[in-house]
Amino acid sequence: MEIATQTPFHVLAVDDSSLERKLIEKLLKTSSYQVTTVDSGSKALEFLGLKEDQKSNASTFPLYQKETKVNLIITDYCMPGMSGYDLLKKIKESSALRDIPVVILSSENVPSRVTRCLEEGAEAFFLKPLKFSDLARLEPHLSKSKDVPEMHNLFKSKMGLMSKRNKRKRGEQDENLHETVGVTGPRLKLTPSD
Amino acid sequence: MDYVNLRRQAASLRKGLFDQGYLDEQFYQLEDLQDDASPNFVEEVVTLFFRDSARLMANIDQALDKCVKDFNKLDVYMQQLKGSCTSIGASRMKTECTAFRECCRDENIEGSHSLSILNLCMRSFQKIKREHSVLRQKLESYFQLLRQAGPVECATRPNK
Repeated sequence: MEIATQTPFHVLAVDDSSLERKLIEKLLKTSSYQVTTVDSGSKALEFLGLKEDQKSNASTFPLYQKETKVNLIITDYCMPGMSGYDLLKKIKESSALRDIPVVILSSENVPSRVTRCLEEGAEAFFLKPLKFSDLARLEPHLSKSKDVPEMHNLFKSKMGLMSKRNKRKRGEQDENLHETVGVTGPRLKLTPSD
Repeated sequence: MDYVNLRRQAASLRKGLFDQGYLDEQFYQLEDLQDDASPNFVEEVVTLFFRDSARLMANIDQALDKCVKDFNKLDVYMQQLKGSCTSIGASRMKTECTAFRECCRDENIEGSHSLSILNLCMRSFQKIKREHSVLRQKLESYFQLLRQAGPVECATRPNK
């Protein structure tokens, strides 16, 4: 139940593919998150109020304010120009932004890539496409930074609905979960086989 | 207009797409995301997919035509294409993309192999193009049927 004075949990999603942005936006909005999507790392930094070049022209985004405060960043790894990893680094190097959890999405399950991102401070690394189950796994790790929407019931009902329909496919879905590397610390590390 | 029949045809076409492996469970995710706020979500996503994939495939076509031996570049295009296929559940296309990337990887052996690998890539790419074309055709028919059948007015959702 949303308390009137609370601002919604705001996610900034970064991906150069419009298809991916559309998917992730819908997934997050359906899960009651507020979403902003941008198509590049540099636009993400601009939105977050971190200008690379102080002399740059007027920003296309309003100044980073409390109302637009971002509570979570989800970024694609492979992007032209600034990669998701580069973006992650810049965020963690910034005193203003380093506490914002960053999640990396990748279409490739590359162990060295995963390690690299986690070592740089990423909260988690998920395989694309992002699923409701990924958000459910992530949510407990976010609650310390901000009150997340009442996800438990929402996810339970969504997943219950999905598993009812996909009863036949459940085995395959479980396989997917095994493939997904969602890690938030060395004790949870899954080492995928190549 | 026999809406029930049209709806039945659409359901049958859809079932065929899953049974024959053209689509996988990721497509269910897309359907699950469709709601009153986004009543045409699945079709919109699929449209985006065919737009993006056509562009990528044109790039790959061009590269192969010019006998470009930059297999890394081909691999990057193919990775993007495969990624899009994964996101909408285009299973057969995804499989062919993987096969193509395997061809490129063989290029790690330098030298005179590159032409024969290029040949393999070209043949593999023909398969991708075929799958792409068939999938587009089937999905276009499917969405057309859905449109003709009109919105489902009753509260029950179609049988999955």
